[in-house]
Amino acid sequence: MGITNITFKKFISLIFTERGSIEYSVLFDIRLPRIILGLAIGGALSLAGVILQGLFRNPLVEPYTLGISGGAALGVCLNIIFQLEQNLGGISLPLSGFLGAILIIFLVYSLSIKKGILKIQELLLTGVMLSFILSSLIMLIMAISHIQDLQGIIFWIMGSLAEPNWFLIKLMFFVSILGLLFSYIFCHALNALSLGEEEALHLGINVELTKRLLFILASLLTGFSVSVAGIIGFVGLVVPHFMRNLIGNDHRILLISSFLSGAGFLVLCDTLARTIISPLELPVGVITGILGGSIFIYVLSKKQMKS
Amino acid sequence: MKESILEIKNLSCGYDSQIILSDINLTVERGRLLGIIGPNGSGKTTLLRAITGVIKPKEGNVFFENKDIYQIGLRELAKKIAVVPQSIIVNSITVEEFVLLGRIPHYKRFQFLETKKDQEIAKKTLELTDTLKLKDRSILEISSGERQLVLIAKALAQEPKLLLLDEPTAHLDIGHQIKIMNLIKKLNEKEGLTVLVVLHDLNLAGQYCEELVLLNEGKLIRQGSVNEVLNYRDIEKVYKTTVLIKENPLNKRPFIILFPPKGMDE
Repeated sequence: MGITNITFKKFISLIFTERGSIEYSVLFDIRLPRIILGLAIGGALSLAGVILQGLFRNPLVEPYTLGISGGAALGVCLNIIFQLEQNLGGISLPLSGFLGAILIIFLVYSLSIKKGILKIQELLLTGVMLSFILSSLIMLIMAISHIQDLQGIIFWIMGSLAEPNWFLIKLMFFVSILGLLFSYIFCHALNALSLGEEEALHLGINVELTKRLLFILASLLTGFSVSVAGIIGFVGLVVPHFMRNLIGNDHRILLISSFLSGAGFLVLCDTLARTIISPLELPVGVITGILGGSIFIYVLSKKQMKS
Repeated sequence: MKESILEIKNLSCGYDSQIILSDINLTVERGRLLGIIGPNGSGKTTLLRAITGVIKPKEGNVFFENKDIYQIGLRELAKKIAVVPQSIIVNSITVEEFVLLGRIPHYKRFQFLETKKDQEIAKKTLELTDTLKLKDRSILEISSGERQLVLIAKALAQEPKLLLLDEPTAHLDIGHQIKIMNLIKKLNEKEGLTVLVVLHDLNLAGQYCEELVLLNEGKLIRQGSVNEVLNYRDIEKVYKTTVLIKENPLNKRPFIILFPPKGMDE
């Protein structure tokens, strides 16, 4: 298990007898929180991906498409170059990320409402454009910032599940479970929306309310994830897409299965990222991208061969 | 006079500032099979959309069973009125799963799975539309004629009182056109369903409907029996083409013959 070698037998005896030893603390203070965070964030990002893909009826939409990650990144960048962290403590980094994300969510949302109707296509376009603007702003900040700040920014943007703050881990876990429960209120609505907005209305779905609540839900899940762990790409795109191919388009099982497989996938990727060139660690986003992308292309090409 | 199921009063509506329908008054009696005809852009589809609340009236009201449709909850309305749209976007799901989507308005709060009753109703509507054999096929793989039948099955799974169809025979061969129209007639007569059907083919409308509504440029030109509405004056004026209207010897209904330019067969 990582650079600290603990066998299975040792593991059992650790749990029961050796509280307070170094191995015990590695296991429960470093590894366990990281696994819980991985589960929470992998689940949250995949869930956000499924919801947004269902909402936009577009399989290429992912949680970061709407500029939410850009907003969070900008918040963190500003925090780092103004050195708020030293004054406000470690929690200010995720906090500023979250504020940035919320601000962008609000902006995208209000720019896309025309005459009381949330225009889905405009939401997408506005989000993509805001993403570009934000990433340019981040580049601008990086270009004029000090070397040591630059390192902090890059480290954050690459994304990592190493989060020392137990409170944030618990919060993230709570948010993602709550998000999953909440999403189930809309499982039929998402199925109905797959036929188009007008058809969903014919099936008695309050389309306007559903669109708004689902957008806010997906945004919050993404905002929380990005602020806690930085930008971990690909999970929210590839896992939902993969599950759609595997189990079909019924959101009643798609929501939970994407959540679970996203959670498992991210923990797996993180374990690889930690161990593959240990004692050094790779950014987990590198693994999610390479592994997720390769599996996806493999599955897609196999599927095309069959048909 | 029979009880009315749908009443449209002084309805004007449209998109943005553009008025599509102006001052429509229309009453539909329960149990009727009513055809809506009119040229492209005359407001037929918009009329259907106003009835289901997809677009809000600028003026006037739509009453379903004497209640303003905006006073009826969306789910309640979906249990009473079902729509068969012109075309549909779908993911790859099976025909049976698709038809079961029609049960959504009937699900109770926190009911995630369909009950045995839902499945039985889906099966019944598949049987009724002669598509039970397709139930495990993907909706993307079946022919457009079959898809139209499945769309009707899904609408029937809503167990509506009023069925609205938007050009159900468009792009279909004559065999499927007749199959669809026979099904509509059967639903109307045997199941007691009130049906409003938008049709482009005046002859299909003439042969199958009890009553017709002729729309032109957003106005209701005439509502009445087939013989009243399909008169050459109105038809020629509205469609801006010359027609000859004869009686179909089989059922005494009006039959419309188009005029090709002279000399084409010489």
